[in-house]
Amino acid sequence: MPTFALEGVDAREVTVEVDVRRGLPAFAIVGLPDTAVREARERVRAALLNSDLEFPLARLTANLAPAWVRKAGASFDLALAVGVLSASGQVPAAALEGCAVSGELSLGGELRPVRGALAISIGCRRAGLRRLIVAPESAAEAALVGDVEVCPVPSLARLVDLLHERWAPEPPRAGPEPSPPVADAPDLADVRGQLDARRALEIAAAGGHSLLMIGPPGAGKTMLARRLPGILPPLTSDEALDVTRVHGVVGMGSGGLAALRPFRAPHHTISAQGLVGGGARPRPGEVTLAHRGVLFLDELAEFARPALEALRQPLELGEVEITRGQTTLAFPSRVMLVAAANPCPCGRGGDACTCPGMVRDRYRARLSGPLIDRIDMVCQLAPVTADKLAPGAPLGEPSAAVRGRVSRARAAQSRRLARSGIATNAAMTARQMREQVGLAPRAAQPLTAALDRGLLTGRGHDRVLRLARTIADLEEGDLVTAVHVAEALGYRVAA
Amino acid sequence: MSTVCDACLRRGYLIGLLAAPIAGLLERRLRRPAEIMALEDAELAMAIGGSSTGEALDFLAHFDPRRARADLTRAAVTAICMHREGYPEQLRDLPDAPAALFCRGRTELLAATAAEPAVTVVGTRDASPYGLDVAHDLGRGLASAGITTISGMALGIDAAAHRGALGARGATIAVLACGPDIAYPRRHRDLHAQICAQGLVVSELPPGQRAYRWSFPARNRIMAALARLTVVVEAGEASGTLITAGFAQDLGRAVGAVPGRVTTRVAHGANKLLRDGAPVIRDTGDALDELLGVGMWSRAQATDLSNLDPAQRRLLDAVEAGLDMDGICAFTDMEIAQVRAALTELETSGLIRRDGLAGWERSSH
Repeated sequence: MPTFALEGVDAREVTVEVDVRRGLPAFAIVGLPDTAVREARERVRAALLNSDLEFPLARLTANLAPAWVRKAGASFDLALAVGVLSASGQVPAAALEGCAVSGELSLGGELRPVRGALAISIGCRRAGLRRLIVAPESAAEAALVGDVEVCPVPSLARLVDLLHERWAPEPPRAGPEPSPPVADAPDLADVRGQLDARRALEIAAAGGHSLLMIGPPGAGKTMLARRLPGILPPLTSDEALDVTRVHGVVGMGSGGLAALRPFRAPHHTISAQGLVGGGARPRPGEVTLAHRGVLFLDELAEFARPALEALRQPLELGEVEITRGQTTLAFPSRVMLVAAANPCPCGRGGDACTCPGMVRDRYRARLSGPLIDRIDMVCQLAPVTADKLAPGAPLGEPSAAVRGRVSRARAAQSRRLARSGIATNAAMTARQMREQVGLAPRAAQPLTAALDRGLLTGRGHDRVLRLARTIADLEEGDLVTAVHVAEALGYRVAA
Repeated sequence: MSTVCDACLRRGYLIGLLAAPIAGLLERRLRRPAEIMALEDAELAMAIGGSSTGEALDFLAHFDPRRARADLTRAAVTAICMHREGYPEQLRDLPDAPAALFCRGRTELLAATAAEPAVTVVGTRDASPYGLDVAHDLGRGLASAGITTISGMALGIDAAAHRGALGARGATIAVLACGPDIAYPRRHRDLHAQICAQGLVVSELPPGQRAYRWSFPARNRIMAALARLTVVVEAGEASGTLITAGFAQDLGRAVGAVPGRVTTRVAHGANKLLRDGAPVIRDTGDALDELLGVGMWSRAQATDLSNLDPAQRRLLDAVEAGLDMDGICAFTDMEIAQVRAALTELETSGLIRRDGLAGWERSSH
């Protein structure tokens, strides 16, 4: 009886075999089960008996193959029960051909949902299984994969009816549907003023650049960051599946297809493991939960150094690799990084700052810690003044308008970068950039001037050009001009 | 011919040898520092007392100049003594002038301070952002006027002044209270390396010596004597900075001070100097007026503004007024993208610069 064990964000096929022979009545489960799997004996027995089915008074041996994979959790209950039913001749074996099951059982014989339904049905398709039987709550998520027939079954008794073709379930609405418009997401229109940060956010969204916002407490750093998913292009159907699968595995899914890009804002006390994932039984971290969306690090200077160090590789490679025993898991981690920080510990910054010199120095040193060379641009937020918050004050530009420009800029990038296998300007390698950047005559003049004055390093140089390319894309220009480069220089991370 | 004679070399190493006992002597307040440093070799050995006297006399009798010279070469340090060319003449104004100076870097800068006036910029370690900016700008401004900036490489004001000078590719001299090969404070390892490469590090103590409490005021007297003008940027009351200013006054050198906020603790010392009649130093121009006489220096830098267009000038006004980005957009009536681009132009022409991480401010020279 095929079922699935979750490994990271993938489902591995596990076959449950049940042997029934005469002898002292017993029920043994072998094949590296953990305690929850062992306890399935009691649930399976009670569920069968309470469903008016027979639990054979015989010596039962269940094997979970491949035997070397550790099995955990209650999701094997259903496969074990079906294995017992099939081995004792209570359901026709032919009906189980090409069919996988996954579900937890209640003592009364009801099916309970499992985590990672989408990952499991993707596993079904890969294994060539036609049919997947799950609890009704898991069905919508599982049905997002088109090629697998998903049967929502409420109880064990119904399952037996189904296999005897005495009953057929209502098929769940199948197949991925287009993402609904991002209506309930927070809107940029709520943000008054903050022209610099708005512009920076738009450029960052358009080119996938990472952004650091510097501003006093209450200026709206978090508010702006939360509005970033709303100005990013909507999830494509493949991306939406990707997000749904990851969230389903940790039990965060809503049941249907993800409509919004994820936004994750871990607190600064988070550990390295919480950020990138891990543990004895590897669990995805925040960077994976933010996959295809935004990872927001508020109070960047307060994060523990090891946590930020751990984040470097996932940000660069777009995935987290975790090795446990014989297996290596890969968690996806394609995120846009946005960070925020106060200008100094007292938060006032500039002339109003009251921090002692050494305190400020230490804060600056922490801020230019391990992640600063992963930051593409820095912008400034002003303290909010009363007149901007007054009821009659004009609203900002709404997210939809910004999203339109961002989407056009993204489209221009994908046309240009189609053959390179990357989607955004930020992902261009140094070589791709030299070939693709398209500088107008004399466009590099501000760069040369900045280099001459010692305002820019070699690494910063390429970063500014990528940014300038994005600014040109936003203005739908074919060539990068000196004005684009000069604006990009303004956002560079000051040495 | 070597730049140091055997006797002065021996004197330099003797002070190194006795650095710790001298510290003990001064702790017990038996002598004043100036008295000790003015003593002849043998008298100094006798004055120390205890077992150190015997050790010192033994050292004086058996000193091997060749070994000391090899030691200097190993440490990449040059010694310059008062009997040879290259010793800055103005140091002789000190009653207890150092016999030998141990140097690392461009030693020619030392002799140049005699021919062309240099400026010492000193201040507190615990400086305010304002003080750091002023010190940085002074270093940079003096460098672009071709004048050497002298300071003590301490945290805060000292380092800002050095960095300003280095940033403008100018000459700077750091006078240390430890051996010239030691980067103290350790946080300034990079700065030390940069000054060794681009400027000069000087000390009265031979290589390898750590700093003692007494060696800081001793170093201050050298800073005060080397420069024709000492500028106090920020200093608390009863601080090492005021000791330097006191030495400079005793030597008849000019002392100026940068005004600070009267409510700021670290500005009390500087403001007190002003109250006592020290000239006000607002920027490099004031320092140059004080150093060379009013109007004797070229005002070429001031003409930079003439080729700005009206929009740029308005932008510059906005930055000078300390407006934030939204404010600048409103004041200049420009789009944020234009503002960013135009600010970059002003930055690359050196009229404004990044303030901290994300803001802008006017460069003051």
